[in-house]
Amino acid sequence: MKLFLVGLAALGLSLGAAQAQDIDWTKVTLEGFEVPLAYENEDGDLIRSGFTFRTPGTQAMQEDDFANPAFWRVDEGEIAWSTPEGSEGKSCADCHGDAAESMATVGTEYPKVDAESGELLALEHRINKCRTENMGAEAYKWESQGMLTMTVYVRHQSRGKPVNVAVDGPAAPFFEEGKALYNKRVGQLDMACKHCHEDYYGNYIRADFLSQGQSNGFPTYRQKWGKVGSIHRRIRGCMGNIRGAKYPYGSHENTVLELYIAHRGKGLPVETPAVRN
Amino acid sequence: MKTLITALVVATTFAVSASAQDMAYVVNDDDYTIEKSLTGVPGDAGAGQAAFVGRKKGNCLACHAVEQLKDSQLFHGEVGPDLSDVGNSYSAEELRLRIVDYKVINDDVIMPAFFRSTGLSNVGKKFKDKTILSAQEVEDIIAYLLTLKS
Ligand code: HEC
Ligand code: HEC
Ligand code: HEC
Repeated sequence: MKLFLVGLAALGLSLGAAQAQDIDWTKVTLEGFEVPLAYENEDGDLIRSGFTFRTPGTQAMQEDDFANPAFWRVDEGEIAWSTPEGSEGKSCADCHGDAAESMATVGTEYPKVDAESGELLALEHRINKCRTENMGAEAYKWESQGMLTMTVYVRHQSRGKPVNVAVDGPAAPFFEEGKALYNKRVGQLDMACKHCHEDYYGNYIRADFLSQGQSNGFPTYRQKWGKVGSIHRRIRGCMGNIRGAKYPYGSHENTVLELYIAHRGKGLPVETPAVRN
Repeated sequence: MKTLITALVVATTFAVSASAQDMAYVVNDDDYTIEKSLTGVPGDAGAGQAAFVGRKKGNCLACHAVEQLKDSQLFHGEVGPDLSDVGNSYSAEELRLRIVDYKVINDDVIMPAFFRSTGLSNVGKKFKDKTILSAQEVEDIIAYLLTLKS
């Protein structure tokens, strides 16, 4: 059974973020999505998209592609996809054809172990590998306009499909590393990710309403940033808040954390580009 | 960090070198207190309120609500217990340990140790080898908390 949230805000319900908790999110599926915004996992924990923690106003911005301030990147990305770049004179489309087909599930699977090198690659790494090795083009800088637009475009092809990262086989050691980092106290405030995002989600920490810190919306448009940002940027923000040394963009630490987070939210729908506050 | 805590719990009283300035204090683990003032200078409740509220200081309000501050401060956290009556519940000595290092009592607590700079990892450059609060700020906050009675 599918219930559509479309119109919830339009009904004029003025729910605060806290009251919004009363909604049974396991029954709410956004238009065109294959899976709902929350589900109960084997341990009986309710796994919830960050969407379910936000105010109706923020939710409404994401639900309507015309109101979504990051949606232009999907259109821009479509152009970039078929624009030749680099010494080989090739575009992404020359090798990958229609992204709607070739990239249909890629956004649910990354970070993923590269069969060739055995390294764990975030989507950004994989795109840069194509640029440098297959196109003779320069690598995008991690948080550059070009990279953000391309990652939004590629991951958007999987919108509505459940996150489905592999954490077994060659990915297992990376998963274990990510899990250890997630649970490790760091920074002058000496907190682990889990302290906020597992122990206290659904509570206010000063003015911020804590979510489970899920990654299914990334790259995400954040009102505070006034633009889209990668998950590595978001993790760096949280590290800064606990007065920790931020792991560099594209670093092994951020990528194994990204894998662990994705697995925690396995089964949540990809929302790219999501909108958060 | 674990070893520090175990050591504290095993010993009846235990002297710990607490900060870069080498401020030593003694934890009584049988009743979870630090008896002696960290500075010998009486705390100032007014300065304590400022340090309690300040986002770059204790930022205690991030996790705790205080009824007496509802008029002057917009956002109160819900992560820790309400502290509106904490002056009736705890002595200065008990509060001192809880602010200095709550992990002595509960090693999984989210509340930071406000007067410990050792046993931390991956600390940002600006904050390395520094405690979150100064010894006097801890004493000031204790004085402020003792005024909270509802
Ligand atoms: C010269 C051909 C070529 C070009 C041009 C090219 N790629 Fe690739 N790409 C490949 C090959 C080969 C692979 C690895 C085989 C595979 O997994 O499909 C790959 C893999 C990928 C993957 C991972 C797919 C998966 O299932 O894990 C992504 C994402 C990707 N490319 C994105 C891009 C983007 C974005 C561009 C343009 C900026 C691009 N590629 C340009 C050849 C190319
Ligand atoms: C002091 C509490 C705190 C800690 C510790 C913390 N975060 Fe966060 N995090 C937040 C807040 C506040 C937000 C914004 C509101 C929300 O979504 O929870 C956030 C948001 C996020 C988001 C975005 C969620 C979304 O829906 O877009 C991710 C991902 C995230 N955090 C990951 C992490 C990781 C990884 C760590 C550990 C390195 C971490 N956080 C540590 C407070 C924290
Ligand atoms: C990141 C969240 C957080 C911050 C910041 C924080 N605390 Fe706490 N505090 C807690 C939690 C959670 C508990 C409950 C711990 C437990 O039950 O083991 C607690 C417990 C306490 C207690 C004991 C209360 C009781 O009723 O037993 C006191 C006193 C206290 N905190 C004072 C402070 C002061 C003073 C500050 C600022 C210098 C502060 N806290 C900052 C989370 C926080």
